[in-house]
Amino acid sequence: MERPNWAPGDIDLERPSVARVYDYWLGGAHNFAADRAVGQKALEFMPELRDVILNHRAFLRRAVRYLLGRGVRQFLDLGSGIPTVGNVHEIAQTADPSAKVVYVDMDPVAVAHSRSLLSGNDRVNVLQADVRDPASVLSSPEVNDLLDFEQPTAVLMIALMHFVSDDENPIGIIGGYRDRLAPGSFLAISHAGYEPDEETGSYRAARAMYDRNVTPMTYRNKVEFTKLFEGFELVEPGAVRLPLWNPESPDDLDGSGRPFPGFGAVGRKV
Amino acid sequence: MTERVDHRVRDDRSPLDPAVLAGAESFARSWATAVIGSSYVPMTRSEVAQHLQDLTEMLVEALFASPFRTAPGYEIGSRLVDAHFTGTDTLGRTIQLLGDDLLAELGSAGDDRLRSRLAALQGALAAGYARALRERTLAEQEAIRAAVLDARDQAEAMLRASEARFRAMFTEAAIGIGIADIEGRILDVNQALQDMLGFSVEEMRQYNVRDLMHPEDAGSVWRLYDQLIAGECDHYRAEKRFHRADGEQVWTHLTLSLVRDDHGEPQYQVAMIEDVTDRHLLQNRLRYQALHDPLTGLPNRALFLERLGRVFNNRGKHLRAGLCYLDLDGFKVINDSLGHDTGDQLLVEVGRRLDHSVSGEGKLVARMGGDEFVILVEGSTGEQDIVDVADRVLTELEAPIRIAGHELSVSASIGIVERELSGTTSADLMRDADITLYWAKADGKARWALYDPERNAREVARFTLSATMPRALERGEFYVEYQPLVRLEDSTVVGVEALVRWQHPEFGRLAPDRFIELAEETGLIVPLGRWVLHKACEEARRWLVEFGDAAPFVSVNLAVRQSRDPELVRDVKRILDECALPPHHLQLELTESAIMGTADEPLEALRALCDMGVRIAIDDFGTGYSNLAYLKHLPVHELKIAGSFMEGLRAETEEDPVDSQIVATLVQLAHALSLGVTAEGVETPAQAARLLRLGCDTGQGWFFARPGPPEDIDSLLRGDL
Repeated sequence: MERPNWAPGDIDLERPSVARVYDYWLGGAHNFAADRAVGQKALEFMPELRDVILNHRAFLRRAVRYLLGRGVRQFLDLGSGIPTVGNVHEIAQTADPSAKVVYVDMDPVAVAHSRSLLSGNDRVNVLQADVRDPASVLSSPEVNDLLDFEQPTAVLMIALMHFVSDDENPIGIIGGYRDRLAPGSFLAISHAGYEPDEETGSYRAARAMYDRNVTPMTYRNKVEFTKLFEGFELVEPGAVRLPLWNPESPDDLDGSGRPFPGFGAVGRKV
Repeated sequence: MTERVDHRVRDDRSPLDPAVLAGAESFARSWATAVIGSSYVPMTRSEVAQHLQDLTEMLVEALFASPFRTAPGYEIGSRLVDAHFTGTDTLGRTIQLLGDDLLAELGSAGDDRLRSRLAALQGALAAGYARALRERTLAEQEAIRAAVLDARDQAEAMLRASEARFRAMFTEAAIGIGIADIEGRILDVNQALQDMLGFSVEEMRQYNVRDLMHPEDAGSVWRLYDQLIAGECDHYRAEKRFHRADGEQVWTHLTLSLVRDDHGEPQYQVAMIEDVTDRHLLQNRLRYQALHDPLTGLPNRALFLERLGRVFNNRGKHLRAGLCYLDLDGFKVINDSLGHDTGDQLLVEVGRRLDHSVSGEGKLVARMGGDEFVILVEGSTGEQDIVDVADRVLTELEAPIRIAGHELSVSASIGIVERELSGTTSADLMRDADITLYWAKADGKARWALYDPERNAREVARFTLSATMPRALERGEFYVEYQPLVRLEDSTVVGVEALVRWQHPEFGRLAPDRFIELAEETGLIVPLGRWVLHKACEEARRWLVEFGDAAPFVSVNLAVRQSRDPELVRDVKRILDECALPPHHLQLELTESAIMGTADEPLEALRALCDMGVRIAIDDFGTGYSNLAYLKHLPVHELKIAGSFMEGLRAETEEDPVDSQIVATLVQLAHALSLGVTAEGVETPAQAARLLRLGCDTGQGWFFARPGPPEDIDSLLRGDL
C-alpha cells in the first residue's frame, strides 16, 4: 500500500541523502559516513566534481545578487538542501534585511536542520515538501504566510531539475510555479548537462554510481535545458555553461578550456 | 546560518612601512591564487583577495611586533576556517606559501630572527586552524545529529498524529470493524461492532473468529474464509448473520480483508461489518407480501410453486408427495348473487378452515387464485394419506358458513394426486391434479377424485383422436363397410347398412363406437356423415347400374347432430342427384331419442325426406323410450330391433320366453303400424329361424355376413357365396 503523504517516512542514516552528500562536497560536516562514502566514491570517478558543485553554488550566489539588483525581494528556493554557507537568505538579507526567503526540501533532516538554524528569523520559512508537486508547495502556509505572489518573486532551482526525469513532466512542474508568479518574476535554474558529444567515461561512471547509490539523474543538453524556461524570457547572457553566466571576474573562469558540464540561466516571466 | 564572515576593510591602516606593505599585498595575491578552489567560500575572487590581504597584514604586523606573540597566528588560522576555507588543501598550501614566499616578498629572506618568528606563527596558524576546524566540524556534526533527532521527533509526532487519526477513524466509524490475527484470535473491535453484537472488547477478545459461525451461514462464507486465511484471496463480501449477546440475531454485510506483512505473508484479517437487519426485515416483509395472498393470508401460487420446486429439488429428503387441488362448487353463483364482498369473506373462511384442517410439517395450504386452493403434502406414504386429508377438508367444509346474515353451505371438489417423486415433475403433478379436479367436478362435485392413469390415458387418447379427426377426413383415413340386410323369407339381400371405419395411423382400425361420439362432440360428425352418405350413395348407384332390380338399398346412420342440421334435406337431395340414385334406394337410420326427443324442425326435415321417397328407419328400437302413440304419426318405414333382444333367441334348443315375447310384440307393433321390422345382431341359425317364425321381415348380423368392403356385397349379389 502507498504510504499516505501525511504519514512520515523512515529516517535512515544508512541511506545517503542528496542534501548531505552536497554538504560533504562543499566541505561541510553536516553529513554521515554513508554520505561521505558515496561523496568520496563519486570524487574518485570524477575528481572535478567538487569544482562542479562549487560552480552551482557560485551560480546561486551570482543569480541571487543579480535578482536583488533587479529589485526582487522574495525568493522561493526549491531543493535547498543543507544550509552550509552562502545561503540565499544570507546573500539577500545582507543586501536588504527585509528580503524574504522560503526554503523547500523533502529531506526531513535537511529541513529540521534549516528550521533549527532559522528559528529566530521571521523572514525565512522552511517547508518540507516534494517540489514536484507545485500545488501543495504553493498552497502551504509556509509559502503563503511569507510570500506575496502579487510582487515579483524569484523561484530558484539550483542543481535540482536534473533529479526530475522527463517522465515526471519537468516543464509541467515548472509551469505549476510559473502560473502563480506575477509578471516580472524570475526563474533561475542551474542544471547538470552537456552536449551529446561531450560525455566522457568519467562522467558516465560518476553518473552510474550516483544513479545507483543516491538518486537517478537526468542530464539535459542546452536545447533541452532551455525548454524548461517555457513562459520566461531569458535574461543576458541566456542559457550558458554555468561559469559563463555573468562571471564576477575573468579570473573566476576555469582555465582548463574544457566545457563545463552544466548550464545556467535566469528567465523573466513575460 | 553560519558565522558571519568579516568582510570589513580595515580602516585603521597598518603602521607598516610602504615597502613591507607592498610585499604583503603581493603575498596576499599569491595566497589567493593558491587557495581559491581548494574550499568553497561564498565570496567573489576579489572579496577573497581582500580577506587574505587583511590576514596577511595581521601576520606581518605580528612578525615585526614587540614583544613578539604567536596569538595573531592562531587568530589567522581560526579566521580561515570562519571564512569556510575548510578544504584541508587550503592549510597545506597556506603553510607552504608562508614558508616559501613571505620573507622574500618582505625583502627579509636572510633574517634568521624573522624566520624563527615565522615558524612560530606558522605553527600557531596551523594550531588555530585545526582547533577552529575541529570545533566547526564538531558543531556541524552536532547540528546535523540534532537535525536528525528533530526530524525523527517530527516524524514520530506525525506518526502519532496519523495513529491518532486512524484510531479515531477506527473508534468513531459507524461501520463495525474488527481485527483478528491469522489464527482467528480477535485482537480489537471498534465501538460500532461492540454495539452491534452487544459484546465488549474484552468479551470479543475471548472469541475466535470461528466462534462467530452461525448455523444459517452459507457454506461459501466459511469456504472463502479458509481461502482468505490461506492467502488465496485478499478480500470477500458475504451476507452473514451473527448472534447478539442478548440472543437476538443481526443480519450483516460482511467484508473481510487480508492484511499481509512486508513479505506478502498473511498477517491480519480485518472485518468491516454493516448492520443490515432493518433492510433484511423489510426484504422479508416484501418477500412475505410477494409470496402470500393478501385476502386469506395463505401462501400464494408463487410460494406454492417455489415450495413444490424445492420438494423436487430435495428428492433425497422425501420419496413421495401428494397434492389436493381444490375448487369450491358453485362459488360463482355466490359471488354473483351475494356480491364480491361476501364472496371474499367466504374465501377467507374457507382458507381458515383449510389451514385449520391441514396442519403440520410438510403440509402447505395455498390459494392459487379465485376459488382454487391447493394442499401440498410432502413425504406422504401413499394415496390414503392424501385421501384422509381430502376427507378432513370436505368434512370441515360441511358446517354452514355465516356471512352477513347468510347461512352459506359450500362444498368443494378435490383432485388428488399422490406418487413417487422420481419419474415425475412438478408440472406433471400440477397438471394431473388439475385434471383430476375436473373429474371430481364431472363425477358430481362435493367429492374427491383420485388420479387414475388409465382414465387419463383414455382421455388423452380421446383427445388425440378428436384432435386428429379433421385431418383424418382430409387424408382419407375413413372408409365405409357394408353389412347385408337379408329378407328372412327367402334370404334375399334387400339392403346394406353402411358402417364407417377409421384406419388410424397410430391406433389402427377403429370401430365407430371409438370416434362417433367424439365427432358428435366436436361437430365433425356433420362433414363426416355427409361424406359417408356420399360414399354409400355412390356404391348404391353402382349396384343399381350393375344389378338393376336386384340392387340393395343402402341404410346410412344419421347422428343426432346431423338430424338437426338445417342443411340436411338439401345435402341429401344434392347427394342423391349427384349420384343419380333414386331416393327409395336410400334408408336413413335414426335412434329413438333422435326422433322422439326432438322438436318440430327435425321432424319436418324427416317428413321432407320421406316425401322425397327416402326410407326412414328407427335404429336400436326398444332400448330408448318411445312414445308409441306418437310413433303412429311419424314418417317412419322400418323399425330395427336392437341386438340385445336376440340374446334369448340364440340357443339351439330352448329360448328365453321373455325375449321371445318382446320380439314378437315388437314385430306385431310394427306390423300394426304398417312398418317393416329388421332384427339386428342375428348370429345363429336358431335366431334366424325363430325370427322368421315370429314374423320378422329382415335380419342383419354375423349369421348372414359380417360388415365388409363393397366387393363382398358384389359377390353376394352375384350369388358367388
